[in-house]
Amino acid sequence: MTASIESLATQDYKYGFVTDVESDVAPYGLNEDIVRLISSKKNEPAFMLEWRLKAYRHWLTLTEPTWPNVHYPKIDYQDIIYYSAPKAKQPGPKSLSEVDPEVLATFNKLGISLQEQERLTGVAIDAVFDSVSVATTFKAKLGELGIIFCSFSEAVLNHPELVKKYLGSVVPVGDNFFAALNSAVFSDGSFCYIPKGVRCPMELSTYFRINAMNTGQFERTLIIADEGSYVSYLEGCTAPMRDTNQLHAAVVELVALDNAQIKYSTVQNWYPGDKEGKGGIYNFVTKRGKCAGINSKISWTQVETGSAITWKYPSCILLGDNSVGEFYSVAVVNNYQQADTGTKMIHIGKNTRSTIVSKGISAGRGQNTYRGMVKIQKGATGARNYSQCDSLLLGDKCGAHTFPYVEVKNSSSQMEHEASTSKIGEDQLFYCQQRGLAAEDAVSLIVNGFCKQVFRELPMEFAVEAQKLLNVSLEGSVG
Amino acid sequence: MSEGFLQQFVKDYGNEPGWLRDIRRSALDRFAALGFPNRQQEAWRYTNLDPIQQTAFKSVDFSSPGVIKTVQLAELMGDTIAAQRLVFVNGHYASELSLAKGLPDGVIFGNLSDMIVSHPKLLEESLTHYAPYQDQSLVALNTAFLHDGAFVYIPKGLALAQPLELIYVSSLDGAGIAGVSYPRNLIVVGDEAQVTVVERYVGVARDPYLTNAVTEMVGGAGSHIDHYKIQQEGKLAFHLGSLQVRQGRDCHFSSHAITLGGKLSRNDVTTVLSDQGCDTTLNGLYLVGGQQHVDSQTSIDHACPHGTSRELYKGILSDQATGVFNGRIIVRPDAQKTSARQSNKNLVLSDEAQVNTKPVLEIYANDVKCNHGATIGRLDEQQLFYLRSRGLGEPEAKGLLTYAFASDVVDSIKVETLRNRLKEWLFVRLAGQGKLEAA
Repeated sequence: MTASIESLATQDYKYGFVTDVESDVAPYGLNEDIVRLISSKKNEPAFMLEWRLKAYRHWLTLTEPTWPNVHYPKIDYQDIIYYSAPKAKQPGPKSLSEVDPEVLATFNKLGISLQEQERLTGVAIDAVFDSVSVATTFKAKLGELGIIFCSFSEAVLNHPELVKKYLGSVVPVGDNFFAALNSAVFSDGSFCYIPKGVRCPMELSTYFRINAMNTGQFERTLIIADEGSYVSYLEGCTAPMRDTNQLHAAVVELVALDNAQIKYSTVQNWYPGDKEGKGGIYNFVTKRGKCAGINSKISWTQVETGSAITWKYPSCILLGDNSVGEFYSVAVVNNYQQADTGTKMIHIGKNTRSTIVSKGISAGRGQNTYRGMVKIQKGATGARNYSQCDSLLLGDKCGAHTFPYVEVKNSSSQMEHEASTSKIGEDQLFYCQQRGLAAEDAVSLIVNGFCKQVFRELPMEFAVEAQKLLNVSLEGSVG
Repeated sequence: MSEGFLQQFVKDYGNEPGWLRDIRRSALDRFAALGFPNRQQEAWRYTNLDPIQQTAFKSVDFSSPGVIKTVQLAELMGDTIAAQRLVFVNGHYASELSLAKGLPDGVIFGNLSDMIVSHPKLLEESLTHYAPYQDQSLVALNTAFLHDGAFVYIPKGLALAQPLELIYVSSLDGAGIAGVSYPRNLIVVGDEAQVTVVERYVGVARDPYLTNAVTEMVGGAGSHIDHYKIQQEGKLAFHLGSLQVRQGRDCHFSSHAITLGGKLSRNDVTTVLSDQGCDTTLNGLYLVGGQQHVDSQTSIDHACPHGTSRELYKGILSDQATGVFNGRIIVRPDAQKTSARQSNKNLVLSDEAQVNTKPVLEIYANDVKCNHGATIGRLDEQQLFYLRSRGLGEPEAKGLLTYAFASDVVDSIKVETLRNRLKEWLFVRLAGQGKLEAA
């Protein structure tokens, strides 16, 4: 039976096509001129250039961290193209009809036809192609409510005061090696501002895709939920198949003011490399949210199935009293994939609460690491944390690791952490098969049940996609 | 530097065998290369050893000023737990306080420096073999400076019913000298043999001093080993202890680490399940107050299939005490059918106390059942109310609940005299309105 389960996990990456689009690329390598070039290409105001240069100069003083439980050949940062934009036929597409039809075709292949989405699903999408935001749907409709949802470059030009106030307020330029790199060279991304008391009527969404070869993708997302507002935000990622590794170093910053709520969901399906571990995306991402106001809430949900290496820790700084942080994660590794992911919950305000539910699934030769930190500061009286990290092992060459750090500095707080690691029980499989399920269906059922706690946090459309992705990523690994 | 030191050592302690000097030399070189641990290292993230480095420690013997004489010592170290015991004062063997006679034939129980002379072959075969100093700087330090400690050898098939007790007393008083000792114990247990060893560290010094202890142990096939360590060092003491074990096939090993004293203490317990069917229990209890800092690091290395391990560390912290737990379970790629359980529970009794805990699972095999958990919290208000509503005063109610929290670790101690003694100590400590600092 073991052999039959293992034979179930080999399906080819179905998003691995290349779109032939003329792109406007910068030369290889990174230096101050490249940073200036990116800034000038985007017609950025002087404060942005200064900010980028500050980040770049700080980046030069940093060394690449080595503490994660992942292994990869050293990255040559001079062998990457830091800017690649689909060449626009005329500058600045004003509407969907002006977007390069090739680009639209790519998105159609991905199943996120922008027009379709606009008409049928009511999801507003900001699609980032290589490094540049291609089109933002539903802009006008959101504008009526005062919601700003646009590409980062537009935000820099049209809302500099908001950008200036919040950019880098959660992830400062010098936060870490990859965040500093991103701050220096980020090309585009999404910007979102929900005004006071507005409940965003639809799910906002960004779709990222890396198309050109040898490019790095460095996008930046900034979401600000003003007092009493609510927003649910989705992020999806794909990349074509390449046999070289590509770097993706994004930064996401969330700010929730008094009584505001942000729900951020990710389905990450970057190209994971082939069965021998060749190629694939290095997904080194910094994601952090700040519950700046009282009673605010930030919730991260992630389904990580892609990337050769995933290295990210969506975190919450619980600054406001009674604020809430949540982290729900399913991370799947197969073949030679490696994932070192988890979260940080920093409790600063009184009666802050956090929940961590992490489900790791390892198959093939994949290595899956949960690394999390719960820090309860002295002033965070009455804080509460509950963490649960479960790992499921499919196959005898994979690994599952748990590194939780817990630091508590007062006595009125309570924290619990529990974790378990095991394979699918023979008895569970037997039970399902005895009731007429085929082995693979039984495994799929058990795996889906294992992840249910996380999937139910996802918005409806995403939950369906996530479940499908999970089945695809694990096909052939079940045995 | 190392040559000069070695010559001094030879001058002080007479001629030691060449192999031991070679080990000393290479350990010292290793220590010089590794340096003192610092907080940049993951295993030392939460423990700052600067105060140790800033103090000039000095090796002392019976003739040093301020050493408490043996007559008073017997009183200070309290009633012994076991009939058979070895006593070391400031790292030196005190034969007049020890009793190591009347053991079955074949059992060797004596102090290391004498045993090196009388059983050179046995020691050369095992000393430093189970506590590698190549990558652990504090083990290297101990190895370079090792002078005395206990040597226990249990021959094949022998089950020793009575426990063996090792007592380490630090007894400098008021002389202003910061003493240092490097106790080194070697416990070799043959196939199907059984032994219980109790290590007690007692300090009566009012000045700061440092104990850098290493115990290495090897259990043969089918052996049973119970190890207890009770640390009651003085108020200003630094205790850096390490227990390193290698378990053979079907070896049952249990360790209890009870930490009550010391200003800064660090307890490493490392065991390698080097063959099939091993069974490991690691239990710990730390009860600290004042400005005590206690750091427990454990590592259970499941290197072979069919191993079972369970670990329970409990901490009670009051005042400004800080507790650190870093437990690691490794399941190697071939170690299928492993079952491992790990738990760290902390009770925090004051707002200034701090706990940092990090239970780690590293699993490279799939047919395993592993889980771990960690909790940090305070006494349950409802339980407290229940007791108070039945007429108990607040300190008594708190003391009783705290005692109950610690009792499952205490109850798992198999040596009756030790268990009862520990209960008494706990009662006395907990009766004092939650003041947990060592007297």
